[in-house]
Amino acid sequence: MSADTKQNTITIDGQEIPFLAGQTIMDAALAAGVYIPHLCHRQGLTPHGSCKLCVVDIASKSVTACTMPAMAGQQISNNTPALNEARKTITQMLFIEGNHICPSCEKCGDCTLQAMAYHLGMLDGHFPQFFQRREVDASHPTVMLDRDRCILCELCVRASREVDGKNVFDIAGRGTNAHLIVNSTSGKLVDSDLETSDMAAHICPVGAILIKKSGYKVPIGQRTFDLHKVSEIGLEKTILTKVRQPDE
Amino acid sequence: MSMSSAVSNFSNMTDLLRSVITRIYAESPYLLHVLYALQRKFLHISDEAVREVAAHLDLPTSQVDAVVEFYAFFHKIPRGRYDILFSNCTSCGYMAGGVDLMAMFGRRLGIAVGKTRGDGLVSMDQTSCIGMCDHGAALLVNGMPITSLDGPMIDSIAALVEAATPLEDWPAEWFYVEGNIRVSGLLLKDDLSEGISLRAMLALGAVGSLSEIIQSGLRGRGGAGFSTGMKWQLCRDAQGAAHYVVCNADEGEPGTFKDRVLLHSYADSLFEGMTVCAFAIGAKQGYLYLRAEYRYLLSHLQSVLTRRRELGLLGVGILGQPGFSFDIDIVVGAGAYICGEESALIESLEGKRGIPRVRPPFPVTHGYLGQPTVVNNVETFIAAAHIVLRGSAWFRAVGTGKSVGSKILSISGDCAAPGIYEYPFGVTIRQVLDDCGAKDVLAVQIGGPSGTLINRAEFDRRLDFDDLSTGGSLMIFNQARDLLAVIVNFAHFFAHESCGFCTPCRVGTTLLKNGLDKIAGGHGTQYDLDEMQRIAALVKYRSHCGLGQTAANPILDGLQRFPQAFEQRLVHSDEPHFDLDAALEEARQVSHRDDTAAHIK
Ligand SMILES: Cc1cc2nc3c(=O)[nH]c(=O)nc-3n(C[C@H](O)[C@H](O)[C@H](O)COP(=O)(O)O)c2cc1C
Ligand code: SF4
Ligand code: SF4
Ligand code: SF4
Ligand code: FES
Repeated sequence: MSADTKQNTITIDGQEIPFLAGQTIMDAALAAGVYIPHLCHRQGLTPHGSCKLCVVDIASKSVTACTMPAMAGQQISNNTPALNEARKTITQMLFIEGNHICPSCEKCGDCTLQAMAYHLGMLDGHFPQFFQRREVDASHPTVMLDRDRCILCELCVRASREVDGKNVFDIAGRGTNAHLIVNSTSGKLVDSDLETSDMAAHICPVGAILIKKSGYKVPIGQRTFDLHKVSEIGLEKTILTKVRQPDE
Repeated sequence: MSMSSAVSNFSNMTDLLRSVITRIYAESPYLLHVLYALQRKFLHISDEAVREVAAHLDLPTSQVDAVVEFYAFFHKIPRGRYDILFSNCTSCGYMAGGVDLMAMFGRRLGIAVGKTRGDGLVSMDQTSCIGMCDHGAALLVNGMPITSLDGPMIDSIAALVEAATPLEDWPAEWFYVEGNIRVSGLLLKDDLSEGISLRAMLALGAVGSLSEIIQSGLRGRGGAGFSTGMKWQLCRDAQGAAHYVVCNADEGEPGTFKDRVLLHSYADSLFEGMTVCAFAIGAKQGYLYLRAEYRYLLSHLQSVLTRRRELGLLGVGILGQPGFSFDIDIVVGAGAYICGEESALIESLEGKRGIPRVRPPFPVTHGYLGQPTVVNNVETFIAAAHIVLRGSAWFRAVGTGKSVGSKILSISGDCAAPGIYEYPFGVTIRQVLDDCGAKDVLAVQIGGPSGTLINRAEFDRRLDFDDLSTGGSLMIFNQARDLLAVIVNFAHFFAHESCGFCTPCRVGTTLLKNGLDKIAGGHGTQYDLDEMQRIAALVKYRSHCGLGQTAANPILDGLQRFPQAFEQRLVHSDEPHFDLDAALEEARQVSHRDDTAAHIK
């Protein structure tokens, strides 16, 4: 971050918020405790701007909060019925594009996509399901990859490169054929250099990358989003380090 | 190739791959070019080839894999020795003449769309507009265009393929692409003779040349209309280890083919313009990003570059100026409309998938390799070359208001004389339609599918940046056309070309395509129409780049101006309609049944 600490302000839903040079609208909002819904963003990783959950309006122009630099005087609409409706539709798009069957998913209750759906009052997928065929990769001894639930947020891609100092994941294909690939000669996780302790193995907001043999350790009812709102978790300061599981 | 032969030839194959990769990479160090060479030689890019390329170019395997899967002209499954791609554009597509030429070709050779024939001789698929719209139905055979197709020609082509006749022995006139210049204005009167603008530029100096461009009021001809002078100034002022000039010759907007003609007949003017830009911004290296569909122009363009080097107009010490060195490389794409978007184009130049970058920062400060870069359209550079030679006043004398100079149009569809027309900005649609001999016009698509669809009542509107802005495409549809079919075609185009980066466009363009298919198939209700409207608005306002932001235009314009085209296909019920019979299709396929009892009607 720039050494320039001269404070300026932006306004989000009428609330004046300070920002530092170099901050995005999302950075400034989170620092001030203002929640802007987000899925592909994690503080400390390079902003991506792909999920579009964080769209806000500046003078009826749509702007992506996680990538847009904060600039003095911006008048920003965030928590409005129209924007939350747009975000709900985008969340529904993510649901019907992949294959999400929450009750049978290990991530249920810990899943940010699911929590987002609740947050936005989403009751169904609304659109016809795409029923895409997506590959599961169970080759790795400790990490499972189920592409059915991948929302292409590239958090794992960035965490691997920027935190783990590796390059385990990438996205291939285009349009609705876009899919997560693994950087190894066989394309399988087992032949990659992914380790359980990597940030990339833990950052997935949905149930696409899972740590094996840990699925139901925390019972349903006591999981992250059973106890907290997505808006609370989204405001938490995330610490980007490799995590070592207690059972490793 | 069978498994056993692949295994037994393993070491030979590896050696062969390595030799091809090494040779091509030494000639032309671009990932896209290496992959193209492998695709041509082996008809696909195998997993082993991906690994070898990654090793030789010192790239992650996943990056090479991702690139192979991104571009439409690279394949992981072998194509035929004759790879036939029919354009699916409304003007140069396989349905342009009213008959399905692709189906006809498929029947002749016993081959399905998207497939390679069992004997490996031939493969057939459709592809987005190949820019031959002034010539009717067109195809690419191993990358070479054949235009003006009709039934008898399809028969001849099928026979030549079946006999495995080498392309060199096919009738040469088939591969000749006429320019069809119908009206010439400021820029089309002549190709600038070599060096003439460069001498004017040297006389003016870098600052003087730049100020001529600024004073001319020239705005980008690729569609967005940003001030060219301001772009060059911003780039010149930006700090960087190097500055770059990039010419956008991706011309992927369906119905646009003026850059094809400019590249073919005005290449010297283009390279003069790029060199003027280099001088003004302080660049030593330039790139021409050429769409893969125009690869047939590559050798011509390269010969022009070679000649210019010999004449001292490119290279070290241009025109004897010790301080001025500049050269141009041509990089050929591989089938992706999104690579016309300037930041996706830069990603592609860098050997990556064509994913539009987050902006800001813009290419003028952070472009190719993160350095200050000017990206301009072919026509913009040509205009710049003329301005430096003839002065800004000469340019300003033509046009209207804030739209100065001329616009080169690609006119196609239902008219007597499709082709290239150059007009002063401000010309009315009516005048254009009269000049090209369009009769009984129902609608005109201005600026391609991403532009504006207008109806008869709007023919007095003008072509300029303030009214109807266009990158150059003008597609005409007469009363006999099924306009909904046209809009369906455009929806398929956008769903196919969406890069997949952002949710609204990735999922939304497919939802729009499916919704329109349902309505066109006679299964839609008013509810579906309302849904389309809602999704279209979301895709338009919430997408990441210009592709998504314009992808819903044909639907929104269509609903506004031609509602009857949609409404007459609706099932009249307010409930969402569900096609029970279609829903059983998968079950029928699984159970291999197609008898009457397996259908519900
Ligand atoms: C999806 C998409 C496709 C584009 N395709 C082209 C193209 O083929 N040629 C072009 O010059 N500009 C294209 N553009 C516009 C470029 O992003 C850019 O504005 C242009 O190259 C700038 O040059 P100009 O100022 O000379 O017009 C496209 C934009 C989008 C969003
Ligand atoms: S990943 Fe989340 S949204 Fe998807 S099935 Fe699992 S819990 Fe549900
Ligand atoms: S696997 Fe998870 S983290 Fe990685 S892109 Fe998919 S959803 Fe995002
Ligand atoms: S709008 Fe479409 S083409 Fe543009 S970034 Fe998003 S998905 Fe890609
Ligand atoms: S959080 Fe900003 S686009 Fe995903």
